[in-house]
Amino acid sequence: MSQAEQAQVSRSVRNAWYLSTPALLILLVGAVGPLMIVLVYSFLLPGKYGNVEWGFSLDGWRGILFTKDIFDDTLVLADAHLTIFWRSIKLSLLTTVFTFLVGFPTAWFIATRTPKSRPIWLFLITIPFWTNLLIRTYAINEVIRTEGLLNTILMKLGLITTPLQIIYTDVAVFIGMVYVYLPLMVLPLFAAIDRFDMRLLEAGYDLYASRLQVLRRIILPIVKPGLIAGSILVFVPSLGAYVTPRVLGGGKQMMIGNFIELQFGQGRNWPLGAALSMLLLIVVTIALLVYVRYANREDANV
Amino acid sequence: MSDRAFQVSRLPGFATIAIGVFLALYIPIFTLAAYSFNTNISMSSWGGFSLDWYVKAWNNDQVKDATLRSLIIALWAAVISTAVATLAALGTTRRKAFKGQTFIYVIINQPLMVPEIVTAVALLIFFAQIKVITGYQGLGYLILAHSAFCVPFAYLPIRARLEGMDLSLETAAADLYATPWRTFRHVTLPLLLPGVIAGAMLAFVISLDDVVITEFVKSGGQDTLPTYMLGQLRRQMTPEINAISTALLVLTIALLTAFFLINRQNDKN
Repeated sequence: MSQAEQAQVSRSVRNAWYLSTPALLILLVGAVGPLMIVLVYSFLLPGKYGNVEWGFSLDGWRGILFTKDIFDDTLVLADAHLTIFWRSIKLSLLTTVFTFLVGFPTAWFIATRTPKSRPIWLFLITIPFWTNLLIRTYAINEVIRTEGLLNTILMKLGLITTPLQIIYTDVAVFIGMVYVYLPLMVLPLFAAIDRFDMRLLEAGYDLYASRLQVLRRIILPIVKPGLIAGSILVFVPSLGAYVTPRVLGGGKQMMIGNFIELQFGQGRNWPLGAALSMLLLIVVTIALLVYVRYANREDANV
Repeated sequence: MSDRAFQVSRLPGFATIAIGVFLALYIPIFTLAAYSFNTNISMSSWGGFSLDWYVKAWNNDQVKDATLRSLIIALWAAVISTAVATLAALGTTRRKAFKGQTFIYVIINQPLMVPEIVTAVALLIFFAQIKVITGYQGLGYLILAHSAFCVPFAYLPIRARLEGMDLSLETAAADLYATPWRTFRHVTLPLLLPGVIAGAMLAFVISLDDVVITEFVKSGGQDTLPTYMLGQLRRQMTPEINAISTALLVLTIALLTAFFLINRQNDKN
């Protein structure tokens, strides 16, 4: 490379950084930087009225799993915390699986419409995705609450005599999360199916494959990247869900997100809240890294 | 035709499930909207059509304040995030890969990856300190926080537009002795504009929708429409909330439809 070329390349790189700097600054101040403070806070002592006191301590991290017995100061497993973690993981996994089970047929349906009507179906899936999460949660509340649409219809039909108590249970949170995150599963699945050459199916059937064989041997492998992307997109926000469990779980069916908030409110244990936030961040990061590795491997195979 | 032709892309039961999904997606939204026109307060029975709840919401000063605040924040956030995202998109596309490019991508897309609750807690801690030091309590914190998480939403459509753009027009302008600035002003920017508008609209909608980060960052008396609604849900729920939701819903759908149509126009060109 000549000197002039080299100068041009380094000028181009310099320009790239100059142009990106304002965005990086805003994100460093308004998003990334404060995360570092949370990390520091997780190793400090809790203040009496919220906030922290300066002094190194592992109590925040220890508090994730253990509580001190009030009588003899021995550490015991914090059952209440474990219940919350288990509920978060269980509901997030169930949501991911269920959104796939109904999202896959939906994505397939959209991808197999005529080129003219396809954008409209796609648009219909996108609208709920961009609609306020709170409004959607509130909408599902209208359906499943004690005096809601579902109970009214079931009672009118005479199928039940007393209203079903769905609201403020795990089931309500599950239904809400499926409703809220479904578009995040459908969209990447659609993207995967849309690229797929339908002639492969014809080839399969021509070679006397049964429907099930075609589904297992041709369709599923092609859908797989969309499935992985969709699962990440659904699982990650489910795990950190805050609004849906708060509205539909009624404060009792807490998930990690609500538990974190509690530490900064009435519970007032900021280091524990900080440690919990970091834990959530670590779990999410691992999930994303696994995904990136998978995606890169797929790219390498093509 | 008595026997339908065998279609390879048809899978049994899929269409039924898909239609069921679309119904399940829209029935709750329509129920929500329908009850906003209900005369009864109890929400368990239909008492007849009325616009009372809209009038009530319109005359509610808290709702008015919150709406105005939401719009101000969303407007600022959309302008700021789109401006910096446009620059960043120009910086990170259409040049050779360079060291640190991945770093820039990761930082820009960070709000899409980190759970909102974690960012919310982080900003709560950080801004609490700043508030003590500076004594400033204004909307600036919310605008900064919103601008930050809107950046990736503004960045992605702009970048997509840039990557799809034809370099030859700019080369032609340069060949005709246009200065880099004039080339940018008269060739690049007009071509980029649909992407910028799309990005700004997405940023606006995303800011308008935010609950979690706003709930943690806001100072007393700084409710936006979504946090006001969240606060109301704890108390007695009245169809007033339905009316507000429906109004917000209509606004979002109007913006999205415009976005959809602009995009379609782009694809055609």
